[in-house]
Amino acid sequence: MKKLLNTLYITSQGSYLSKDGECVVVKSAEGQKKRFPVHVLDGVVCFGNVLCSPFLMGHCAEKGLSLSFLTERGRYLAAVHGPQSGNVLLRREQYRQADDPDAAARVARGVVAGKVANSRAVLRRCLRDYSDRVDVERVQGAVGVLDGCARRLRSPVSLDEIRGLEGLAANTYFGVFDELVLSKEQAFGFNGRVRRPPLDNVNCLLSFVYTLLAHDVRSALEAVGLDPQVGFLHRDRPGRPGLALDMMEEFRSFLADRLVLSLINRGEVETKGFTKKESGAVFMDDNTRKTVLTAWQKRKTDEVTHPFLSEKIPLGLAFHVQARLLARYLRKDLEGYPPFFWK
Amino acid sequence: MMGEEAEILPLSALQHFLYCPRQCALIHIEKVWEENRFTAEGRILHTRVDSGDSGKRGQVSEDRAVPIRSQRLGLYGVADVLEMRPGPDGKSIPFPVEYKRGSPKIEPWDRAQLCAQAICMEEMLDVEIPEGAIFYGTPRRREKVVFNQELRELVQINCQQMHELMKNGVTPQAEYGQRCRGCSLVRACMPKLGKKQKVETYLLKGLQE
Ligand code: SF4
Repeated sequence: MKKLLNTLYITSQGSYLSKDGECVVVKSAEGQKKRFPVHVLDGVVCFGNVLCSPFLMGHCAEKGLSLSFLTERGRYLAAVHGPQSGNVLLRREQYRQADDPDAAARVARGVVAGKVANSRAVLRRCLRDYSDRVDVERVQGAVGVLDGCARRLRSPVSLDEIRGLEGLAANTYFGVFDELVLSKEQAFGFNGRVRRPPLDNVNCLLSFVYTLLAHDVRSALEAVGLDPQVGFLHRDRPGRPGLALDMMEEFRSFLADRLVLSLINRGEVETKGFTKKESGAVFMDDNTRKTVLTAWQKRKTDEVTHPFLSEKIPLGLAFHVQARLLARYLRKDLEGYPPFFWK
Repeated sequence: MMGEEAEILPLSALQHFLYCPRQCALIHIEKVWEENRFTAEGRILHTRVDSGDSGKRGQVSEDRAVPIRSQRLGLYGVADVLEMRPGPDGKSIPFPVEYKRGSPKIEPWDRAQLCAQAICMEEMLDVEIPEGAIFYGTPRRREKVVFNQELRELVQINCQQMHELMKNGVTPQAEYGQRCRGCSLVRACMPKLGKKQKVETYLLKGLQE
């Protein structure tokens, strides 16, 4: 496990990144330079038109720093990997178990158990804190459905059924998600989850935070030698990071969604930070994006007690711990995959 | 099989294996790498000797960062310092010196590592090497190591077991113990996992209403 280090997010268009000794040098389009020592970083994420010298790429690969390129709006484009990436034996084991429906079901059950329990915990927390401001009956109803999913998962279930439960849990949870948005501003109304492109401000925020989550989860999986493409719950599809999506299921509600909710509910993002294009697609401006990135970074430094290990860790390390636990399970050091249960 | 190109292992693997076979497997099979304070310090200490310079001090000539290997042990690596000392019959006798951070160990890890180096050199130079030394960082001092039969057998047996482990490619289960505290891989290894509650119990608890 590594220490929680910082991720360097480069959002200024036209920046040029290079290596100078043990430092990353970021030169802005206007010519200003900033330097960051490599040893305090665990990754560099470049949004949009950001250039990078091959020597810096090589250095990042050698030091195990993830270096990724996303579009300005956060769609994944590419990442740089060094020659010594990963561990072929572990990957083979991952592929074998992913190919075997029973083995895949065992991992998928853990992942969906995490998702169901954590979504339910988020709804319950909302009922506890804001019973005066939400439609209690509606949210209670959703909790009830999630209880049902949890009950089904208490005994071994087939992969198909697990997939069904995952879908049901997601629909139920997003079906009442608008209750959690406490802002009375019209602009933050929510009518269900829409992706590609997001058509309202809330979905725009969710999509962006999921991108950040996906990036971190993916890096964590790669760091322990797992293949982020080959999932257990998510079926293989070209270009889809199946395993990263699997592992994100545990984190979406309590980490990503709650972050978005608190940005809205505390007024840290404003209506004017969003624009709607002709097509109806919604984009956020630079400042809003920076606000989200800062909040994300900060949230990752919050200390939590890992529910399975009973060890205190910064939340940002939870991805690494989960990736490690999954690797240890595939390696047969553990008799199951313990998801991250949020309390 | 030992000594074949595909099977040949770095000398450091032997030291890892002697410390803990699981550590060896994590590093050399699972390719887990962890840089912590200790390995970083070790590296800094090494940059001094890795420069590949050679020199002469009186009768003793000194070669640094000497590449070595042994077919018999199936090992290769680099010796920190190889001193050539004048022997009784005029022929010079190699005398390996290894640099270590930290203080002298009671366990035979460092000595076995040095002995393995000596065996490599014996095989390459067709000489007998009776002794060498380890230079410890704290306190800064040299410890003489005699390559006796017992130490040589320890090296031989452990090399064999290590190659066996590599061939099988199965990481041994963790056994939590004192050595885990000083282990640079402790976070990746999670040696206490075995003692944790059962995952199924944990899962059921998490799913409770
Ligand atoms: S933590 Fe303990 S069991 Fe694990 S590799 Fe290190 S010494 Fe071996």
